[in-house]
Amino acid sequence: TTRHSAKMKLRQFQVIGRRAPTDADPNPPAYRMKLFAANAVLAKSRFWYFMHQMRKMKKTTGEILAVNEITEKNSRIVKNYGVWIRYNSRSGTHNMYKEYRSLTLTNAVEKMYDEMAGRHRARKSSIQIINTGIVPASKCRRTTVTQMHKSTLAFPLPHRVQRAPAKKYRSTFLATRPNTYHG
Amino acid sequence: MVFTRFVEVGRVVMINYGPSAGKLATIVDIVDSNKCLVYGPTTDVPRQVITFRRIALTDLKCNVGRGAKAAALKKAWKADGIEEAWKASSWARKLARKEARKNLGDFDRFKVMVARKQKSKIVAAKMKSMKA
Repeated sequence: TTRHSAKMKLRQFQVIGRRAPTDADPNPPAYRMKLFAANAVLAKSRFWYFMHQMRKMKKTTGEILAVNEITEKNSRIVKNYGVWIRYNSRSGTHNMYKEYRSLTLTNAVEKMYDEMAGRHRARKSSIQIINTGIVPASKCRRTTVTQMHKSTLAFPLPHRVQRAPAKKYRSTFLATRPNTYHG
Repeated sequence: MVFTRFVEVGRVVMINYGPSAGKLATIVDIVDSNKCLVYGPTTDVPRQVITFRRIALTDLKCNVGRGAKAAALKKAWKADGIEEAWKASSWARKLARKEARKNLGDFDRFKVMVARKQKSKIVAAKMKSMKA
């Protein structure tokens, strides 16, 4: 079966909530979580998912004080993102640290979900993001990321398989064999 | 097989696919083995991550630092004479020729036909004199 729906872009939200104030406890402590979700509704839902795991509060006994979107500070430079996750595999739960090069944190997190699905068959629901952050190049640990840090990085593109510039120029048969060497 | 065109910071590329197709841009940073950050402030290419599948490397390279911004890129582009070097390259001339031929009107096509007949007449006369 083919999917005809576009995947929603992940956004980062800051959700602040607390237990509903009562006469006994008029000013309960507020908690702030930074989450990744497609929209604010899902962010709030995820907030309660985590909060009732970690504290004695749930949607019915609590209130959300604020939901704000966090946008990327500088989306014009490539950065190294570290993502610390906890995920359920078929036989246990494990921690992982993954690194990605990307312009935005949300893009790096999307890559993480795709990679976990591809490499470990872990669905989004089985993954909890513990922490994320920009990692300076000197502290990066993964070779796929550190190999891009060389200041004089240069590589050719050998064996370029051509693709028609637009769908209408595609054809099943070609008169000549394509040339794959372009310098 | 020696490679002379490299994916590197400063390499001028032609974008082949997408909304900026047909425009030149510079590689400003390399994201990973499949994607790079390109930018073309003088050629109306917005700063974006693009896959190598959508670009073609040219012989031209300009001297910019990694992650260069618009001002530095414009300056380097001018200092290294990229626009002039590109226009003089046979690749650009071929593209220009294709564009010119596409935009010929009927009278222009007539003029081209006449010119080709004149050229072939001169060539045939020369061939005949050489054979004799």
